Amino acid sequence: MESLILTIIATSIPLLMAATGELITEKSGVLNLGVEGMMLSGAVGALGAVLWLENPYFGIIAGAMSGLFMACIFSVFTINFMTNQVATGLGLTIFATGLTGLAGAPLVGKTIPSLPKIEIFLLSDIPFIGNILFKQDLVAYLSICIIILITYFLKYSKPGIILRAVGDNHVSAHSVGYPVKKIRWYATCFGGMCAGIGGAYIPLVLTPHWSEGMTAGRGWIALALVVFASWIPWRIIVGALIFGGITIAQLVGQARGWPIPSQILSMMPYLATIIALTIISSRISKNNSVVPASLGKPFFDTQ
Amino acid sequence: MITFTPRDKVSNSWTLIGPILSIILTVIFGLLIFTFLGFDPAETLYQIFISPFSRIDRVSDIFVKACPLIIVGIGLMFCFRANVWNIGAEGQFIMGTLLAGSFALLFPNVETKLLLLCMFFVGFLGGALWAFIPAILKTKLNVNEILVSLMLVYVAMLFIDFIVRGPLRDPMSFGFPLSKPYSDGALINKISFPGIGYLGQLHYGILFIILLIPLAWVFNNKTLAGFQINVLGSAPKAARFAGFSKERITMSVLLLSGGLAGVAGVIEVSANIGQLQPEVSFGYGFTAIIVAFLGRLNPVGILFAGIIIATVKLGADNAQMTMGIPKVVTGLFEGILLFFLLTGETLQKYKIKWSWNK
Amino acid sequence: MGSKKELKILLEATKINKKFGNFVANKDIDISITKGEIHALLGENGAGKSTLVKILYGILKPETGTIKINNEKITISSPNVARKNGIGMVFQHFSLFPALTVAENILIALDQTIRFKDLVLRIKELSTEWELFIDPLKIVSELSVGEQQRVEIIRCLMQNPKLLIMDEPTSVLTPQEIENLFKILKRLASSGCSILYISHKLEEIIELADKVTILRSGKSIATIDAQNTTTKYLAETMVGKEITTLKKVQSKNLSKSIALELKNLNKSNSNDFGIALKNINLTVNYGEILGIAGIAGNGQTELMEILSGETVCDNEDQIFLDEIPIGLKNITERRQLGIETIPEERTLHASVPNLKINENTFLTYFPKYNVNKSFIGKFLNNPENSLNESEQIIKDNDVRCPEPNPMANQLSGGNLQKFILGRSLANNPKVAIFSQPTWGVDIGAATTIRQKLLNLSKMGKAVILISQDLEEIFQLSDKIAVLNNGNLSEILSANEISATNIGLLMGGNSKNKSDQEKRK
Repeated sequence: MESLILTIIATSIPLLMAATGELITEKSGVLNLGVEGMMLSGAVGALGAVLWLENPYFGIIAGAMSGLFMACIFSVFTINFMTNQVATGLGLTIFATGLTGLAGAPLVGKTIPSLPKIEIFLLSDIPFIGNILFKQDLVAYLSICIIILITYFLKYSKPGIILRAVGDNHVSAHSVGYPVKKIRWYATCFGGMCAGIGGAYIPLVLTPHWSEGMTAGRGWIALALVVFASWIPWRIIVGALIFGGITIAQLVGQARGWPIPSQILSMMPYLATIIALTIISSRISKNNSVVPASLGKPFFDTQ
Repeated sequence: MITFTPRDKVSNSWTLIGPILSIILTVIFGLLIFTFLGFDPAETLYQIFISPFSRIDRVSDIFVKACPLIIVGIGLMFCFRANVWNIGAEGQFIMGTLLAGSFALLFPNVETKLLLLCMFFVGFLGGALWAFIPAILKTKLNVNEILVSLMLVYVAMLFIDFIVRGPLRDPMSFGFPLSKPYSDGALINKISFPGIGYLGQLHYGILFIILLIPLAWVFNNKTLAGFQINVLGSAPKAARFAGFSKERITMSVLLLSGGLAGVAGVIEVSANIGQLQPEVSFGYGFTAIIVAFLGRLNPVGILFAGIIIATVKLGADNAQMTMGIPKVVTGLFEGILLFFLLTGETLQKYKIKWSWNK
Repeated sequence: MGSKKELKILLEATKINKKFGNFVANKDIDISITKGEIHALLGENGAGKSTLVKILYGILKPETGTIKINNEKITISSPNVARKNGIGMVFQHFSLFPALTVAENILIALDQTIRFKDLVLRIKELSTEWELFIDPLKIVSELSVGEQQRVEIIRCLMQNPKLLIMDEPTSVLTPQEIENLFKILKRLASSGCSILYISHKLEEIIELADKVTILRSGKSIATIDAQNTTTKYLAETMVGKEITTLKKVQSKNLSKSIALELKNLNKSNSNDFGIALKNINLTVNYGEILGIAGIAGNGQTELMEILSGETVCDNEDQIFLDEIPIGLKNITERRQLGIETIPEERTLHASVPNLKINENTFLTYFPKYNVNKSFIGKFLNNPENSLNESEQIIKDNDVRCPEPNPMANQLSGGNLQKFILGRSLANNPKVAIFSQPTWGVDIGAATTIRQKLLNLSKMGKAVILISQDLEEIFQLSDKIAVLNNGNLSEILSANEISATNIGLLMGGNSKNKSDQEKRK
């Protein structure tokens, strides 16, 4: 039971990280559909760094940097050159699939050490809960910290209010005197770093070796999670755990020999995404104030 | 600092210059990346862009490869023109193939090509049905079609895998996940040129393209439906004011593009594979997105775009064999190309000014 | 605000130039504002008023020109710099963030740091001091337009401004709210804060301003004393020529036959930002103009959509044309029955900018032009069939085109509106429904358009005019009703109702409703 919960948590961390980053990006009014691509580059960056420097912690940093790099490409085109965000995000994923395939080719067949668990003094001795919550790895702690920080940031801090303002009405933000493009750059870059770390987590903890397209649609599920969470940070935790649970249930089912074909079980996370989107979307279309109003719209500043 | 000023009139010269310049820039950037990763740029350039033209049979293979790209690309063109983002053509391709293939396998000993004709319809139906899911969710419940159609790609991949390993597996396949071979009536023959014979894998399926491109052009420019799609895409409120139904158009373009993706799958498998297997598409559905954009959402443009992208795909295959570059690298080129194409669209609307102070 | 200076001039801008592409928005504009003065900036749409104030507030950068404050040359590179120099601005379409609270909206434009609790207190203080009542913790999208303007004003007052710029502030206010605003502005001015007041409404300027600077085609034409001038002089200086006045239709005999009737029409809002229409009853007779006044955002868009058929009613018997129920008919069917609607947004709603004029004619009347009734013919697109008619529309309505059959985006706002109007009238409607028909067009075109409306009613057509311009409503309407928060008031004859009454109705006050705001 304990190990089952631990695997569910581990499976949901990449989704949690990537979705949190995308939430901040979208709050600023940028729709980055390239999460899958940023996660892929995070994964390959982490693998490369760990093989080279032989320390899993460098994997986290490398993952963040790789995701950041991809986010920069996205920002140049969508924010500065005002290209269509949907198409550019798609292009970013296609680009990253190619680039990581190329960069990952020499890594095939090599295995990296896993990210070590960190026991928190005393707390980890609490029975059951201690093992689940306080014997986690750095990224797991980090993701929860980020969620808490972001909740505070968006709600109470002035920069957070400014970020929401830019996503709400970029023309007003410009009139009041805020550099809309710069703020969107920061938000997109933050999203890229988070997605990169989420991607890095996959080789660092889940499957310790490279295979092409190893994120397997997690980036897209992360995008759906943001909608599922109605742009409220803590709900991402719930969503990510649900999806982690479904993924693990499917693996458990396969292992225990449930009389359902494995492929059908593997469909569960994707089908669940569609169902979740449907339920949330029909609710959102009645109450669309939760969606950042300038989401996906390019900003043109006259000077 | 870069500053943009809106042009008084959309620059028409950019319509052609944009894509050409994008291709040139893509080649330059791509080669820079290859050099950076330690590959010989001259050799890569030759393998990817020149080698596909080195022999006549290779040239005809370009058309074979371009065939599904162009068909799917034309379907997506309708969607993108209407501002509907179907990015799940890959899944629709698979489901069209699967349904048509299952249909073909019901008739194991049929010689007549009538079977093939029926498969076209069944394939269209299969693709359209798969596109119907995002379409109905979009029009009735306002669910984002991007995510739904994409999720359905994974579902379709798993589903065909299940069918081919399970119910439709050929008991004689020695454990390989393959269906029984299609009967002759379900196959598309290679074209035999008098005096020359076969040219590579060139098959009669490309006749469908020759038919499809003028039809698509007429549809865009001469029919009310094409006009409605354009208006909806460029000014949705005006479309409503004109009395065009957004729901109906969205539904139609999704079904049409799904159906065409299904037909592309039928042609691909009937001409080149001849049986069902877990992998039938090789990413055609995704690549076709780039093809549609490179072709500037115009049927004739998509024809050329399909040929260009197919060249790169074949070139990448060659590069994999001779230089050991993984063939997913085409994605690299496709991504960069898309970035530059989209930038070109911006430059069509805005004049650009560079200044270095501040 | 520092010690008093010898020189009374607060802000002086000289030789301001600004171009957008080839369009010259400001050319050698000079303006100087003295301390404590209300200085009006008058000009038609496109004369360069907004550009000039955006330069003064640091949103736009001028190509050339100098700005001095208290005789010191400064460069206003951003709104933050403007605020540091004591300049505040209230925008015409506001610069608010609908999803944020009032306090957050104010915090965002504040350059000094302040604790949230103190901020809320300060807002409350200011709002009682200036009688700008507002709840700091409310979400802005829940406020009325008038309240939103209060938020903008308080936001400026937080900074103790030396110069307050107001861009067309009265276009969204009821007459009572306008009166209130003027009181506040005068009080502000007497306390030493200068006000730069942008408007194209002449009476307002004479009532409020000390000085007025008139702009025309991007140039400053004159600066005169507002107290010793007439509206006629102002108008002619603004336009640069004599103004034709409307010919009122004399001795109009109103028919008694009902053209269009709405019975207990309810429509829930489709989303959070929409307004629900509540139990609307309305009749309009042939030969009369029914004016529907009200501040934008009170259900005008929704009413327009349900009248046009873009949204259909829930029941067939909620709308009647000639006593026949048509509630479930769609927009194309209603057009064929003789109901024409002219929406507020000219581009992207009433017309497609990158289509040619004949294609835009075809757009709304394609069933009429599809003469080929064969099976295939029904599916064909043939905008060329509308070429003759679109040429006729252009000729009849004096639409000035840069070339024969241009794209819609090549026409100026006024000319595009004349085309859109002409296109609808060419269909010879029984009922014509207009929303803000003269919004943003120059005076000449506005007069032509208003004359058209009067002529239509003279020809026996039923006309509905939805407008937030009260002057226009009074000028044209035979009967008047007011739309407020999705409720339509009782319809009154234009001679029975005063501007004050309309104002009260616009603010949501009716005779049987007691409201604390009534006292103001």
